[in-house]
Amino acid sequence: MIQTDQSRIKPAVKAHDVSINIRLSRLQLTGFRNHAELDLHIDHRPVVICGPNGMGKTNVLEAISLLTPGRGLRQARYGDMAAQNGDGGFSIHAKITTAQGDMGVGTGVMADAPERRVVRIDGTSASSASALGRIMRALWLTPDMDRLFVDPASTRRRFLDRLALALDPDHADHGAIYERAMRQRNKLMREAKANGTQPDPAWVEGLERQMAESGVALSAGRRATLTRLQGYIAASPDGPFPRPQLALAGLVESWLEQAPALEVEDRFSTHLARGRARDFEAGRCLEGPHTADLAVRHGPKDQAAALCSTGEQKALLIGMILAHARGLTADGLGPVLLLDEVAAHLDQIRRAALFETILDLRLQAWMTGTDAVLFEHLGDCAQYPSIKPAMVTNG
Amino acid sequence: MGGPEIERLIQLLSKLPGLGPRSARRAALHLMTRKDTLMIPLNDALSNAAARVTACGICGNLDSIDPCAICRDNRRDPKLLCVIEDVGDLWALERTASFRGRYHVLGGTLSALEGVKPEDLSIGALMARLEESAGEITEVILALNATVDGQTTVHYLVDRLKALGLKVSRIAHGVPVGGELDYLDDGTLSAALASRRAVGS
Ligand SMILES: [Zn+2]
Repeated sequence: MIQTDQSRIKPAVKAHDVSINIRLSRLQLTGFRNHAELDLHIDHRPVVICGPNGMGKTNVLEAISLLTPGRGLRQARYGDMAAQNGDGGFSIHAKITTAQGDMGVGTGVMADAPERRVVRIDGTSASSASALGRIMRALWLTPDMDRLFVDPASTRRRFLDRLALALDPDHADHGAIYERAMRQRNKLMREAKANGTQPDPAWVEGLERQMAESGVALSAGRRATLTRLQGYIAASPDGPFPRPQLALAGLVESWLEQAPALEVEDRFSTHLARGRARDFEAGRCLEGPHTADLAVRHGPKDQAAALCSTGEQKALLIGMILAHARGLTADGLGPVLLLDEVAAHLDQIRRAALFETILDLRLQAWMTGTDAVLFEHLGDCAQYPSIKPAMVTNG
Repeated sequence: MGGPEIERLIQLLSKLPGLGPRSARRAALHLMTRKDTLMIPLNDALSNAAARVTACGICGNLDSIDPCAICRDNRRDPKLLCVIEDVGDLWALERTASFRGRYHVLGGTLSALEGVKPEDLSIGALMARLEESAGEITEVILALNATVDGQTTVHYLVDRLKALGLKVSRIAHGVPVGGELDYLDDGTLSAALASRRAVGS
């Protein structure tokens, strides 16, 4: 249901201990993109990284995004993240300060297994990257996301899933299981079609059962996130960022409005079984949580976000990120924010509002920009570490 | 650096799980500087194992006798059969000393992505074994990993076993997603086995 309540509810955010919000106190990169070696010691304040293009500012943000499950803010291949003249491996190590104390978190790939991510938490190997979601929360905004509202639905699903992950660390697992099971079902169907046979029904059914379980959990997580975000948006104070109206469109998502999850699981399972012939012809699963979409409208204008000006789209997006960050903070789950080249494209009023919100929430936001003047407003409320000229091995 | 013999040794060692090129070089050096106390005994142990250890013709376990010691052991409960992915999982369950039946090693899990099909696993041998047991085996416990492929294989086996009218159960997965039996501590594994649930009936 679209949230239309515009009542001015006082935000639940109040003055609180800086230790509540998760933050980095040290970041060490080895062989990561253009950073042969980088070691940053930082405090709780927002971090501003300024300098010319090509010095590796976004790479630092990408490294931090990899301290959460998934492939980070560029969605890149791990092989592409290793320094070009290195041995093919890289490592990212961070000291993360949480309400429960400091933790050492490391991730990277080894030179001899460049597609297998290794994760270590306080010196102990974790079985998968999803363990990171239980420690670190991060939300990000990059220039690529300027096209969020006009891009294919997959971009918006990924965005919503990122917001969901900040609320529920298991969300990444549901998505990963669903994807893997679906890819296998697709492959079985395509192979059988190529061979002029039918896929093994017991095998397909085993995969469908798992698609149903994980898919319903995935959709339920998205719905819960949307509801929370709508509440956060309603509770946000008025500001220069327009309030978005949000709705989730999807088969399983709509069933969850009518029936309990267990029942929807059976329904989706049956739906998959009945759709086998159709999916077989298409060579892929045609409908499920992987085709859901997040519909966003500019609230005050009551206009589809995709039809708004680029400036308004950016403002809507920042508004959503800030509302989510504000709500998470109020719920004791304040995230680290990664804002790549965000300040440059905002007018003075919105830029000031962005900075004030970050300071007010006491979030450790990592911001990049080419022009230091843009960040003057922050003064010594922020810190400005230098990411030394990257040492490029072998020229 | 060294001769072709050393290079060959390092190259082979680097193929062991958990050893990259760097640790393989370290291991090779370690062996060569402990020729009498480690390298020669290791060489003997490797030759003996290579000559005598085979997969058990009944269950797939590795042993120097065939059938293996577990299959021969009369104190084992003949009514219970536990299906696992690999010998590593068999060892993990044996470590807990909480299972008194016998095993069947599947040799992997179904995986469309990695091209592992039912005929690549010892599912045919499992079906034959159950039919030949003529009612002696009454319960099949599916102790597969909590991965997508492990659980797909569970669904698949439940479907195949339906026709035999046996009790089929699966271990309770309080086991984390992606969790592999080998990584579980013995207590967790024993508990998972004890709280197994019947399926497919
Ligand atoms: Zn045996």
